Amino acid sequence: MIASIMETVLSPFTFLLLFALSSCLGAVGVIISQSLVRMAFWLIVSLGSVAGLFFMADADFVGAAQLLIYVGGTLVLLVFGVMLTASSPYTKIEASPGETVIASLVGLLFLFMVAGTVSRIDWPGTNAAIANVTPASTSGGFSDTSEGATLRPLGFALLGVRPDQEGAPGYLLPFEIASVHLLVVLVGAAYLARAKRRRDVA
Amino acid sequence: MSDLNLYLYVGAFLFVCGVICMATKRNGIGVLMGVELVLNGANVNFVAFSRYSELKLDGQVFAVFVIVLAAAEAAVALAIALNFYNNHLTIDVDRGNKLKG
Repeated sequence: MIASIMETVLSPFTFLLLFALSSCLGAVGVIISQSLVRMAFWLIVSLGSVAGLFFMADADFVGAAQLLIYVGGTLVLLVFGVMLTASSPYTKIEASPGETVIASLVGLLFLFMVAGTVSRIDWPGTNAAIANVTPASTSGGFSDTSEGATLRPLGFALLGVRPDQEGAPGYLLPFEIASVHLLVVLVGAAYLARAKRRRDVA
Repeated sequence: MSDLNLYLYVGAFLFVCGVICMATKRNGIGVLMGVELVLNGANVNFVAFSRYSELKLDGQVFAVFVIVLAAAEAAVALAIALNFYNNHLTIDVDRGNKLKG
C-alpha cells in the first residue's frame, strides 16, 4: 500500500512537474524581487530546475553543462558584477539567530540524507555487479539518446561525425566558430573591463 | 497533457518572464538576468524537441551552443556594465542616453 503510493508519488512525471513548477517560480521570483542579490538567488533556483528538466529529458550532458556553466560560472560572474557595481555597502553583514538555526537544520537534514543513503547501499553487491559487466556491453557501439548516455554521440557530432544517425549534419564548423568566438570574447571582455582612471560624471 | 507540451509551456513561461524582466528592470545586471532567462526558455524547447521528436541529438547540440554563447554574452555584457559604471557611477540603463537625438 505505502510502497505503491510512494511509487506513484516518486514517478518521473512528478519530478517533471516539480522541476517545471520550481523553474517557473524562480522566474517569477526574478521578476518581482527588487534586490539584485535576491534576483541572482531566484535565477539560481530557476536555472537549476531547468537543469533538472534536462536530466528528465535524457539530456544528461546538456544538464551537466547547464549546472556547470550557468549555475557555476555565469551566476558567479553576475554576482561579481553586483558586488563591483553596488552603490551602497551592505549595512548588515551578520546573520540573525533564526537564520543560523534554519541553516544548521538544513545542513543536518542533508547530512542525515547522505548518511542514510550511504548506509543503505549494499557495497559488496554493487562491486560484484560492476565486476560482472563485460567491457563489450559498456564501450562497444553507440547507445541511442533514450538511454541517457549522450556524451559520446555529442562529442562525435561536434567533430562532424554522426555514427548515431545516417545522413545527419555534423557540427565541426559551428564548433570552430564557437571556439574563435570564445577567444574574441575573452580578449574583448578583458579590454573592456581593464582598470583605468575613473572619469567624473558629466 | 503530454510531456512535450509541459516542456513547451515551461519554455514559453521562462521566455515571457525573461522578456518582462528585461522590460521592467532599470538595473543593467537585472536586464542581463532577463536575457539569461530568455536563452534558457529557448534551451528548454531545444532539449524537449530533441527528446520527443525526430530531431534526436541535434537539439542537444544546439542547446550546448546556446549555453556557450550565453556564457560569452554574459562576460562581454558584464564588462560593458563595469565600463558603464566607471563612466556614469550607476548601472541604471536609463542613464545611457548620450546617443539620443
